[in-house]
Amino acid sequence: MNQPITPVSQRQLRNHTSFGQSVRNSFTMAYRGILKIRRTPEQLFDVTFQPIIFTLMFTYIFGGAISGNVQSYLPVIIPGILVQTVITTSVVTGVQLREDMDKGVFDRFKSLPIARIAPLAGALLADTVRYTIATVLTFTMGYIMGYRPGGGLSHVAIAAVLVIVCAWAISWIFAFFGVIARTASSVQGISMIILFPLTFLSNAFVPVKTMPHWLQWFVNINPISHLVTAVRNLANTGTIGNDLAISLIGAAVAVAIFAPLTVRAYMRRA
Amino acid sequence: MGRENPIQLKSVDAPWAVEARGLVKTFGGFRAVDGVDLKVRAGTIYGVLGPNGAGKTTTIRMLATLLRPDAGTATIFGYDVVKEPQIVRQLIGVTGQYASVDETLSATENLIIFSRLLGLSHTEARRKAAELLEEFSLTEAAKRPLKKFSGGMRRRLDLAASLIAQPPLIFLDEPTTGLDPRTRAQMWETIRRLVKTGSTVVLTTQYLDEADQLADRIAVIHHGGVVAEGTVDELKASVGRSSLQLRVEEPQTIERARRCVEQVLRVQSIVSPEAGKITAPMADADKVTDLLIALREAGIRLSEMSVQKPTLDEVFLTLTGDNVTESPSSDEMDVEVSQG
Ligand SMILES: Nc1ncnc2c1ncn2[C@@H]1O[C@H](COP(=O)(O)OP(=O)(O)OP(=O)(O)O)[C@@H](O)[C@H]1O
Ligand SMILES: [Mg+2]
Repeated sequence: MNQPITPVSQRQLRNHTSFGQSVRNSFTMAYRGILKIRRTPEQLFDVTFQPIIFTLMFTYIFGGAISGNVQSYLPVIIPGILVQTVITTSVVTGVQLREDMDKGVFDRFKSLPIARIAPLAGALLADTVRYTIATVLTFTMGYIMGYRPGGGLSHVAIAAVLVIVCAWAISWIFAFFGVIARTASSVQGISMIILFPLTFLSNAFVPVKTMPHWLQWFVNINPISHLVTAVRNLANTGTIGNDLAISLIGAAVAVAIFAPLTVRAYMRRA
Repeated sequence: MGRENPIQLKSVDAPWAVEARGLVKTFGGFRAVDGVDLKVRAGTIYGVLGPNGAGKTTTIRMLATLLRPDAGTATIFGYDVVKEPQIVRQLIGVTGQYASVDETLSATENLIIFSRLLGLSHTEARRKAAELLEEFSLTEAAKRPLKKFSGGMRRRLDLAASLIAQPPLIFLDEPTTGLDPRTRAQMWETIRRLVKTGSTVVLTTQYLDEADQLADRIAVIHHGGVVAEGTVDELKASVGRSSLQLRVEEPQTIERARRCVEQVLRVQSIVSPEAGKITAPMADADKVTDLLIALREAGIRLSEMSVQKPTLDEVFLTLTGDNVTESPSSDEMDVEVSQG
């Protein structure tokens, strides 16, 4: 601190940030997000307990009624719970973003010569760690209960990546609410209203043919249903079908709409 | 201005670290900052004084590119805060009024993240963090999460974080609020050292002695406008001259003493006979010697003599008291006075 500072005239100053710098800044912000997760492990309650408790509960409650016995329900329910848990986790992105933006440290980020987008991109990036934890735990829980996915480990891995990618895409929707909402609890509120119909009005827990016709119509166009089916096909039979394509298209559409919206709203606030 | 000739700007450092003209910020119809002009010479400490809600923080936030002004312009070393914010951010360090560090992380982690964001490599960032923690005597607490930090430690870390890039201009919003006297003195020492390295410091404060001790120039802000600007001495002089207070030993000599005072100093004086005290405005300190000789010759014995300078408190109260807004022109100031 005692050596003289570089005079303004001898500094190289540029008014824009390069793409490379944006990427580096985003990764630093993601590193910060991961450090924060490590420092506050209670944040991981949702991604650790939900897979364990839901898997146990749903399997033993519905297993007999829906598939005759627990063993034959596992290939149905594990992909369902996986998708439901990971997508629910993505709500946290929005809530935490709001909390973070209200904190003093955000002022410092705004006063640093970094890419404006880095705090947002970093937050979304760091949250993929949470999705990964939830995914691994759900599959592990299923394995302990006797689930033996027929598709083999490599297809299970592809299914896991698919779910994480889709959750990341959907997290843009919640990030948008996080940026525009006034309080963290309102983000939680709005997000749940969207999330509940999406995850429950799907084929995640029960076969579609048991539902009334008007509901089947919604369940069949619900992108979450396609994602669940894609995961089931991959994990249970190792097949790749239309549903995977539809899921990825749905994810791309979510990103295409909400990423620009979020970034714009965020830049205006930041 | 300034930017029209960038070549020239590169060859000599702009003499003005901050030049703000007519800054305005409105919050839902309420003009929090209402036409603030500021000029801060590079290499100096500039104090922004004002009561609660005067608009100090809002002004600093506009200068630091955290808030967009609704009207007016501001340049930092000649670079416009609205048009070239990313350049401005490379030239400033900001320590806000409220802690701008990550509560859940440790001091080291905070500094490493900020260093990495500023482009330092992993090893450089580590070294920088260790160096700053040492510098601000935080090494022992470096690994603890900030939640367990005292207010003073947090403040120091906050300042340390603003110094990573060794910026030529540092904004400090109430840097010593809530610090104990010893920690405050350390903070002052740090600020003085920063200026020695060539930095410019703009600080806001509500403590008049702080501005008195540190600042080369002061702006007093009130109701979103600058009501007075100048050096500490100019501001004090604007409020009133020093006054001379004499107490005589024998009350019956007070009338003679008064005549003596008025003859030598050529001013009106105020006598309070019960206390045996004479108060007179004093413009020229040299004349006091003459007065003392005259009093000795007249055989008047003094029990007490003192000279009172106006304090910055008086300046502050005079300028930000309500009488100012009612009759600002009644102040006979030898500094620029603009209406708030
Ligand atoms: N984001 C905001 N929205 C609405 N009003 C605001 C906002 N920020 C500041 N104000 C108002 O603007 C005025 C000036 O606030 P500012 O924080 O700049 O004052 P200050 O001089 O820093 O005061 P203090 O000494 O208390 O820190 C206050 O009346 C405050 O209530
Ligand atoms: Mg303030």
